[in-house]
Amino acid sequence: MDIFLQQIINGLVQGSVYSMVALGYTMVYGILGLINFAHGEIVMIGAMVALSVIQLLTGAGFPIFFILLISLMLSMIVCMILGYSMERIAYRPLRNAPRLAPLITAIGLSIVLQTLAMMFWGREYHSFPLLFTNDSVHIAGAVITEVQIIIITVALVMMGGLLILVHRTRLGRAMRAVAENPSAAALMGVNSNSVISITFVLGSALAAIAGIMISANYGIVHYLMGALLGLKAFTAAVLGGIGNLRGAMLGGLLLGLIESLGAGYIGDLSGGFLGSHYQDVFAFFVLIAVLIFRPSGLLGERVAERA
Amino acid sequence: MLHTHSPLSPALFILLITSLAACNKPETPTASGYGRDLVVKIGAAAPLTGAQAHLGKDNENGTRMAIEDANTQGIMIAGRKVKFELLSEDDQADPKTATVVAQKLVDAKVSGVIGHLNSGTSIPASKIYSDNGIVQISPSATAVGYTGSGFKTTYRVMANDAQQGKVLGNYATQMLGAKKIAVIDDRTAYGEGLAREFIKAAQAGGAQIVAHEYTTDRAVDFAAVLTSIKGKRPELIFFGGMDSQGVPMIKQMRALGLTAKFMMGDGGYTPKLTELAGAAAEGVYASLPGVPLDKMPGGADFSKRYEAKFHQPIQLYAPYCYDAVNVMIAAMRKAASTDPAKYLPELAKLTHNGITAKIEFDEKGDLKGGAITLYQIQKGKWQALQTIDNDAITSTR
Repeated sequence: MDIFLQQIINGLVQGSVYSMVALGYTMVYGILGLINFAHGEIVMIGAMVALSVIQLLTGAGFPIFFILLISLMLSMIVCMILGYSMERIAYRPLRNAPRLAPLITAIGLSIVLQTLAMMFWGREYHSFPLLFTNDSVHIAGAVITEVQIIIITVALVMMGGLLILVHRTRLGRAMRAVAENPSAAALMGVNSNSVISITFVLGSALAAIAGIMISANYGIVHYLMGALLGLKAFTAAVLGGIGNLRGAMLGGLLLGLIESLGAGYIGDLSGGFLGSHYQDVFAFFVLIAVLIFRPSGLLGERVAERA
Repeated sequence: MLHTHSPLSPALFILLITSLAACNKPETPTASGYGRDLVVKIGAAAPLTGAQAHLGKDNENGTRMAIEDANTQGIMIAGRKVKFELLSEDDQADPKTATVVAQKLVDAKVSGVIGHLNSGTSIPASKIYSDNGIVQISPSATAVGYTGSGFKTTYRVMANDAQQGKVLGNYATQMLGAKKIAVIDDRTAYGEGLAREFIKAAQAGGAQIVAHEYTTDRAVDFAAVLTSIKGKRPELIFFGGMDSQGVPMIKQMRALGLTAKFMMGDGGYTPKLTELAGAAAEGVYASLPGVPLDKMPGGADFSKRYEAKFHQPIQLYAPYCYDAVNVMIAAMRKAASTDPAKYLPELAKLTHNGITAKIEFDEKGDLKGGAITLYQIQKGKWQALQTIDNDAITSTR
């Protein structure tokens, strides 16, 4: 039983990591219908910037809390600037181009960001310092570390905050208007360019937070960390229904749980015939099955066809 | 959209960046630059990007040092001064990319190749080199199958996993007394092969393999697999894979409260492992074919020069790359030719006193003799436990 509970916790933590990143994908998709493949790279840059700031400040004898705050602020600011310029330079000129063009640009951007990070921070793995105490809480024989509890909490808070933003605020109304029809929104006095910019800036800030949380959990930062993460988070977003914030959360958690239970139990249940290397196969099998019966994802709504 | 030129700008930007990134590749020399020197191209292939980029760069550094040393010595072959030139390629530790890179090196008419780093890339590439008659010396491919295809051009300067897996398995069962062992491998030719040899030796030593789990060489989260292993209560966990997975695996293992001993092959014996895994890595075991660096004939000197030149410690295989180049050059000098077809027979019967060991090849292209050393992390540093020479390996069952 403690093993089962541990697998559930593993899945929830892994799922929350996916969810945090998936929220960024879904936000941009919901408004622009664009899959921003460079989002995983923003997460990586957020973690890298935080690491550099921490390394710079650690010797100076500041309290841990202060260092954490400053590194969080700075990495959010860097990511926000990056997100803004990304939209401005790479996506805005292509807004009315065929859909394939911005998609390919996004893939190109992610390669550019990876290469830049490699040139700037090097090819090595960097150790991400322990910012929180590494104490773990024991629940009925299962272990969960404090960082992991924070990750689950942060993911939920992120989703809640975004839901309130989109559904309760003036900016959120403008976002929904732009999502529905950019030109009509513009005619109604919504500055769709600035709304889209804000979406990117916001998504990038969340990515920075996600990057720091993920690095704190694994204790490792690497210029390639965004690639696989981005892919998994994208899968999670599609699973939950891309464009839907609750869907991103649900998809992430589900993917995390499937992976962890899959890896943990396939071997024993199949009597050693299938091993833990089939965990990705199961995750994608579930994805395919969901998409066959609900093509727009679990919580996906009918997306109005854009002209 | 009215401004028609703007969609081009991202493409131009990417072009600019990629050309910047390509800057560290060696340029083809103009004939006039070297006068009448004989220019000999030596290819090198290793992952220079991706999860194992730090190891790939280390290989490139070792190879580069050997080539620069050879150039300053002013080696003469067949009466002409030779200028060696390094063509370093990035195989991304990916078998598919490795074949592309191999073809690229063949097309560039290299006289020989130092590489690849991984067994999974060296094996598919070896066919391309063999088809084109180009000598390949891998500094670090340890999978048994690498020299198993029977190619005449395939060599390595490191003992293989049949020996390494056996030593590790014997050590785990006999010295550490492990009775219940869990094995994880990363599904690469190296990780899978080493795990297989380890399991064979461990079972022969009376241990029970309670779990065999799998991961990939790109994964970072092993919580699920480790939790499943935890339920089987092993005394020792063996991981066939590289340090890039070893580090997070060790950390997650300790976070989950798994107290079993942890053991890896040569892929784990790096300073990065101790640096990144920190306190969690205390007590971890690993092995490396060959004797410890400070016991190598030219180890201390090489290590000093390497650090002065590249401002970082040797990661793993750099000394073996250095030797691989020098063995190749020694064969060329003996044959008085840089043509692979001419110096290949000399390579086969060569004896070379390298910085790692005395190098001689058997008929398959494997290193003759070849010791294996076991290491453990004690107080944050790799400490050599014992070196087991080849006779001892073959005499145990």
